[in-house]
Amino acid sequence: MKKYSFYLLLAPGFIFLLVFAIIPLINVISGSFISDGSITISRYVDFFKDSYYTGILLRTLKLALISTLVAAVLGFPTAYYISKTNINRRGLYIALAVFPMLTSPVVRSFSWMVILGKYGIVNNFLTKIGIIQEPLSLLYNEFSIVVGFVYLFIPLMILSLVGVLENIDKDLVAAAESLGATRFKAFMKVVFPLSIPGLIVGSVLVFTGSLTAYTTPQLLGGTKSRVLATVMYQNAMTLFDWDTAAVVATVMILVTIIVSGLINSFAKKLNSRG
Amino acid sequence: MNNKSRGLKIFAFLVYFFLLAPLVIIFIASFGAEKSLVFPPNGFSLKWIANIFKIEMFRKTFLISMQLSVIGTIIALILGIPAAYALSRYNFKGKGFFNGIFLSPVLIPGIVLGFSLLKYLVIYSKLDIYTSLLIGHVIIIIPYIIRVISSSLSNFDYSIEEASMSLGANKIKTFFTVVLPNIRSGVIAAFILAFINSFNNVPISLFLTGPGVSTLPIQMLIHVEYNFDPTIAALSVLLMAMTAILMFIIERTLGLSYFAK
Repeated sequence: MKKYSFYLLLAPGFIFLLVFAIIPLINVISGSFISDGSITISRYVDFFKDSYYTGILLRTLKLALISTLVAAVLGFPTAYYISKTNINRRGLYIALAVFPMLTSPVVRSFSWMVILGKYGIVNNFLTKIGIIQEPLSLLYNEFSIVVGFVYLFIPLMILSLVGVLENIDKDLVAAAESLGATRFKAFMKVVFPLSIPGLIVGSVLVFTGSLTAYTTPQLLGGTKSRVLATVMYQNAMTLFDWDTAAVVATVMILVTIIVSGLINSFAKKLNSRG
Repeated sequence: MNNKSRGLKIFAFLVYFFLLAPLVIIFIASFGAEKSLVFPPNGFSLKWIANIFKIEMFRKTFLISMQLSVIGTIIALILGIPAAYALSRYNFKGKGFFNGIFLSPVLIPGIVLGFSLLKYLVIYSKLDIYTSLLIGHVIIIIPYIIRVISSSLSNFDYSIEEASMSLGANKIKTFFTVVLPNIRSGVIAAFILAFINSFNNVPISLFLTGPGVSTLPIQMLIHVEYNFDPTIAALSVLLMAMTAILMFIIERTLGLSYFAK
């Protein structure tokens, strides 16, 4: 009895998750392979044959990829700068990155509707100074979704990178420089390779987040730029086509698992080489 | 300071401008005097802030969201603390498996989980919407509890626990009088973090709303899709104030550096 007491501690939470999360999920996934009582992949064949759905799948992947790249390009130098500031400053920067992360995603997406809208801040400003006559369509397209994703997830990228960068021994860089490396070379040969684990964690978070986010593409993408999450909601709740919704749900899970698996195995390979 | 690090500093400042300007704009716009949202606002008024309290739907869903997040977090703590304790205290067969299960809700896309719960709990098992919504919120916050409690248990010296038991206290008494008080700040931080994430959740709640049951984020989403007035901006300001207070508590208990590791 005593020997297995830890199983008793795990049991309530485990059973709860098993019954209410894992089983419903398996139910949806397995249901998508069953039609008229027999196992079939016909729904997936239909899904991948339909250019509407493959287009949405590709758009979702494309937007997630672009958002991840932009977040990395903007986040890396920022995190590097933060990691070099003194500890009080660093605390302030971390707090200012955490704050938006804990603010409602509805609020954060709405703020970009205010900025990019037809009569939004950007259009008003450009019209006022006379650069444009007619307001530009900045909202309800792929551009606004990417802006929204980068805005939503860049704190995750910055925080993942700061965590790694601040632990890099400053003496290593100094040693490289004293041995004749230029500042740039010392950065590329010492700091960058050591920061890759943080870059990978950040990228997985931004990519999978962008791949599955609903609020941002719903508010900033409009009806013309649907992604997997919004099309799944539409199938389930507007069209009541639950079979297709289940297929989209399964595709989303598979893509999430495959992508995080690929990035992680890539990371392991990189680690064993270095 | 040489040119290169000045360039880096300017770059970082611009990224932070990008990060914070939208929230500042919302903050300022909420004090506008006009019917539709304009920035910069012409004139100052508090009428939009006051107006939120007059909209019944927001009042009602705010209370539902509050209730849901508090009850959900308490249930998740009751389920999660023993599990986190077992996972960090003992080494046993299948530990990795259990750890994986307890953290799995992070990996499942929220919108997929919401759909599964609607299909399985509401339609198939005939559970009522509110219970299903509560279950959904408990599921998504369990990983936060496990992570934060495990991280505060990793600093706990288990020899105190042995001392207590060798002095005659039993395991359960030791847990409540020795272990729990020592991880108090971790529990508070876990509570706050879980609460915020539950309160702000959209994808789970999206599928689990029904007659009379909806959450504040869902109502906000619906409002924003059809209206363009300062109501949501004003509501956002109140929510940001709440976030700021809760963040202050996280800083005092867990430390915000928890997020950067």
